[in-house]
Amino acid sequence: MACLAVRLAISLSLLFTASAVFEDQVGKFDWRQQFIGKVRFALFDTHSQASKKLLVATDKNVFASLNSRTGDLLWRHLDKTGPDGHVDSLLMYGQDAVVVVGNGRLLRSWETAVGGLKWETVLDTGSFQAAALVGVQDFVKYVAVLKKTAISLHDLSSGGQIWVENLPDSDTVQYQSIYSEGNGLVFVLGLVPNSHVVIVEYKIEDGEIMNKKSIRAAWMSSLESSCAVISSGILLCVDQITQSLYTLPLQSVEQNEMKQIHLQTLDLEVASGFQPVLTSTQPNPAQPPLAEFFLQLSPDHHILLQLEDGLIALLRDFNPSNLVTFATTGEKTVAAVMSPKNETACSINLFSADTGRRHLDTTIIYHLDPNGGKPNMLYVHAFLKKDDSVAYRVMVQTEDHMLTFLQQPGRVVWMREEALADVVTMEMVDLPLTGTQAELEGEFGKKADGLFSMVIKRLSSQIILLQTWLGHLWKLFYDARKPRSSVKNDEITIENLSRDEFNLQKMMVMVTASGKLFGIDSKSGTILWRHYLENIQPNSAFKLMVQRTTAHFPHPPQCTLLIKDKDTGLASLHVFNPIFGKKSHSSVPALPRPILQTILLPIIDQDYAKVLLIIDDQYKVTAFPSTKNILQQLQDTASSIFFYLVDSSQGKLSGFRLRKDLSTELIWEAVIPTEVQKIVAVKGKRANEHVHSQGRVMGDRSVLYKYLNPNLLAVVTESTDTHQERSFVGIFLIDGVTGRIVHEAVQRKAKGPVHFVHSENWVVYVYWNSKFRRNEFSVLELFEGAELYNSTVFSSLDRPRPPQVLQQSYIFPAGITTLEATLTEKGITSRHLLVGLPSGSILSLPKLFLDPRRPEMVSEQTREENLIPYAPEMPIRTEWFINYNQTVSRVRGIHTAPSGLESTCLVVAYGLDIYQTRVFPSKQFDVLKDDYDYVLISSVLFGLFFATMISKRLAEVKLLNRAWR
Amino acid sequence: MATIRALSVILTVLSTITLLWPESGECNNGRRSGDGLDTDFSGLSVPIEHSFEVDDVPRFRLRGALQFRGGRESNVYLAQNQLSEKDRNTLKDVAAVDGLYRIRVPRVSLQADRQSEKQHDGHLTAFIRACSLVESHLSDIITLHTDVSGYVIGISIVTIPGSCRGIEVEDEVDLEVFNTTISVVAPVTAPVPETAPYIERMEQEMEKKGKNPQEQKSFFAKYWYLILGGAVFLMATNSAQTPPGGDREQS
Repeated sequence: MACLAVRLAISLSLLFTASAVFEDQVGKFDWRQQFIGKVRFALFDTHSQASKKLLVATDKNVFASLNSRTGDLLWRHLDKTGPDGHVDSLLMYGQDAVVVVGNGRLLRSWETAVGGLKWETVLDTGSFQAAALVGVQDFVKYVAVLKKTAISLHDLSSGGQIWVENLPDSDTVQYQSIYSEGNGLVFVLGLVPNSHVVIVEYKIEDGEIMNKKSIRAAWMSSLESSCAVISSGILLCVDQITQSLYTLPLQSVEQNEMKQIHLQTLDLEVASGFQPVLTSTQPNPAQPPLAEFFLQLSPDHHILLQLEDGLIALLRDFNPSNLVTFATTGEKTVAAVMSPKNETACSINLFSADTGRRHLDTTIIYHLDPNGGKPNMLYVHAFLKKDDSVAYRVMVQTEDHMLTFLQQPGRVVWMREEALADVVTMEMVDLPLTGTQAELEGEFGKKADGLFSMVIKRLSSQIILLQTWLGHLWKLFYDARKPRSSVKNDEITIENLSRDEFNLQKMMVMVTASGKLFGIDSKSGTILWRHYLENIQPNSAFKLMVQRTTAHFPHPPQCTLLIKDKDTGLASLHVFNPIFGKKSHSSVPALPRPILQTILLPIIDQDYAKVLLIIDDQYKVTAFPSTKNILQQLQDTASSIFFYLVDSSQGKLSGFRLRKDLSTELIWEAVIPTEVQKIVAVKGKRANEHVHSQGRVMGDRSVLYKYLNPNLLAVVTESTDTHQERSFVGIFLIDGVTGRIVHEAVQRKAKGPVHFVHSENWVVYVYWNSKFRRNEFSVLELFEGAELYNSTVFSSLDRPRPPQVLQQSYIFPAGITTLEATLTEKGITSRHLLVGLPSGSILSLPKLFLDPRRPEMVSEQTREENLIPYAPEMPIRTEWFINYNQTVSRVRGIHTAPSGLESTCLVVAYGLDIYQTRVFPSKQFDVLKDDYDYVLISSVLFGLFFATMISKRLAEVKLLNRAWR
Repeated sequence: MATIRALSVILTVLSTITLLWPESGECNNGRRSGDGLDTDFSGLSVPIEHSFEVDDVPRFRLRGALQFRGGRESNVYLAQNQLSEKDRNTLKDVAAVDGLYRIRVPRVSLQADRQSEKQHDGHLTAFIRACSLVESHLSDIITLHTDVSGYVIGISIVTIPGSCRGIEVEDEVDLEVFNTTISVVAPVTAPVPETAPYIERMEQEMEKKGKNPQEQKSFFAKYWYLILGGAVFLMATNSAQTPPGGDREQS
């Protein structure tokens, strides 16, 4: 009987929590966007004219193929994160793409059409230097990989190693590049910095050293950055100090000196402090490179030169020019040059490589995005037209990792915002009201001018409403008459953005690591605005705060982004309108000192902007905005404004109180010695969280009150001792105002990384159990007990009794990358935990399963309370995966936001991909189903209504008849 | 009168003894008081200081000394002095301006073998509103928190009641003697997934199932009457109709 009851309880509880997407709901309110990251290598598939493939390898260790007509992903392969999956080199020949991965750890060949792996070879250890395709008699047959101490040659079709040879004197010589030109030899070029260049010749068949020579070059410090091989094996180097070029035939036996050519003889001069760059091209690995090359003299000055019979001739001077590149199609090689046209546009032109003559009608105008970065890479896809003239398409990469694909005469074919592959933080902001709604709102906001004018104003706004309604009706009628295909979906633009009925559509403000901000419509995923912040340090920390929401018409909403340099601690503020992305004109305080902490206070000024307090390393407080009104309010409430600081390097937690003059005083201090454990994370509760119910009704009808301390901090530590028996994870619950340690627990034999969520009266954390080698969940819940100390208001200063703490742990049979809890408008809906798994799935785990009151033995009371009997293992059900087959690769964070519907929580998961969906933790209890039978219910209603009318009439007649009788 | 009172409080040691471990009755996590730290406090004495100033600039004075007694039943005692008349007045003044009453202890390790090690500099501080201390007639609860290895990591002070209602404390006697409850709290060991009791319970249920002969019956044995009834019913309906064939499949 008990067993049956247990099953019943489980199935009942599941009935309430089961949530999955039906087949016809797929894609209805969710979307996913896939990204690849900042492109490091890009190659166009040129072996057939109709090919649309573009192969890319990125800094996110992604190797992918893009459709060059649409910009969509054809296929994508993700390697390990970190240096193990780093793509060192990408080479392409015909249908094969050869990739060196993980600092020369693996050599792989991919079939480019479908992205299948052809072969993979594990290479000998050694740090990777260079890789090159090696051809023999016009055919590319091998790939050579140069390591620090060895060179190996592999067969291109099978990956088999032909030979591997140790490099001579590899302890003193830095070998940096490989060169071959299809004559049966491979040249390895090495350098002893500021001394001499070493050239070693290997025979392709067996790896025999044919020749080895060293040439004096005392001025040279790096081979890679200052040299190139051109025109039938001539090494060309450039030196900034002597302002000259040096040439050396690789194969010549007699010449033992580099031939110096002064740049002055060509009337050229390198800009001071600029390391000149040589760019050469070798269209076919089995053929010698061209004799033409680019020399970059300053950041925006390139020159096309030609080497003929040991003499250098100037073909064309490009001044100014931002970017240059070579491209080859068929027998023709062209040079593409991007040069600035005016402030907002650049022009790209093709020039014949061998003569430097401009090709007619090849100009592409590239418009610079005022909210984007400058272009820094140019990838050209040249092809022959029917009349044998060269045409081309070009992909421009900018500093903000954006890819733009252009076609003649400047049409943008597609764009990819690869900065979104690295979202750091985000917020969801309500959309503004429509113009008419705002008009009505504005009427209430203003002070009354008098009765008559008020009536006029009301009438006029009603007329405007009527007008828009009629317009809407007319549009509906007009659209209905048109054939369905020609009716275009309303495209969302920044102009027609408005809040929907249930506030389900929001503006996602995303901050990326590159410093580019995005405003994305949450319904469709369309990027509505973008803004690139220049001069962002690569290791900056970002904190995004919503100072004013959309609710305060006519004041525009306002977001503030704090950008803090992690090394120096110096910070700057970027204030902007989250709906339009425009930078606000409000004066931003100067922050000359490193920043320790920022707090957003609920105090608002007359413009309804919340106050941001910024605490610097001298414990001085800066308020933003700092109007008189605000300063007055701060003075009045100073004694009740507390904040905390965490110094994890010293294990110090300290609390401060604000003084009236905006200085601070230290009021509490706790120190967790760093010899034993170090603080890894501190989390408070989310400010916009609502808790509907103060307590839980128990089986015996009494109430267990929750300990809802809004100032509570969860501090997680990890032991410094990492031995599996002695390592532990510490959980401290500390009141942020008084510094009181409310609870202190130690999870023994546990290791990080710890993911945790702190909400309502509970903390859920995940750790790695090093003894049993598994992930475990633990939940802590805090209760005040059967009665509340003070039911009206919570004050940390007046809550003497410590809470009761209940804790339970469970086994979680999967890895975890991130953890977040759902959030709804009023907090009535039951909570779910959203768990990002390494597989790319997002699990919506009911909090019901993480309840420390789950009983060991079932009793009448626990059944009454709807508690699930304790089971040590947490179940994972496939219907709990909210993203069904829409894998979100490398989930790094999940953001949840409430919608206008209590049942609905908006979820955005971001990592390499971005996925947006809605979840209904307690099902859609406040929404009628899509297939709700309106006809039936209204016909029944009307039927009943008429039946009552008729029967009433009949009854009256009957009564009358009876009266007559 | 004042002299008598002064004589009576020449040496007042007020100490309240509490257990080293907080009550574990409220928790279902099965913490055992044995694990935690191996306590050997062996007569360590730690000064506890307090500060209450009208201008709110902390100037700490000695309040008393914490005495840790070694042994298995490790206890902590607080020996503290009475408040002087001047202190009482100051405290009342501080309470009137809603100032703070702060206490602090130096950072120490409570474990005997670590006491000889390099002592950390710095203090651990906590505060309450002075008015709540006055209104509670100096009855406070001080808790020292230690980490797993016995370092004191934090101190907390609360008064019961903790609120400030603006009640005037007329009687001077109420502000002379601290009525302090002091305790040392070490971290509790968080529970791990309890697999053994669960498996036991499952086994018990299986056994119960095995013992119950009702459950062991086969399908036919359990529902023979239903099957028989159904069969009879089907036969009855078939024989009653006896249609001319063919139609039956279509209906």
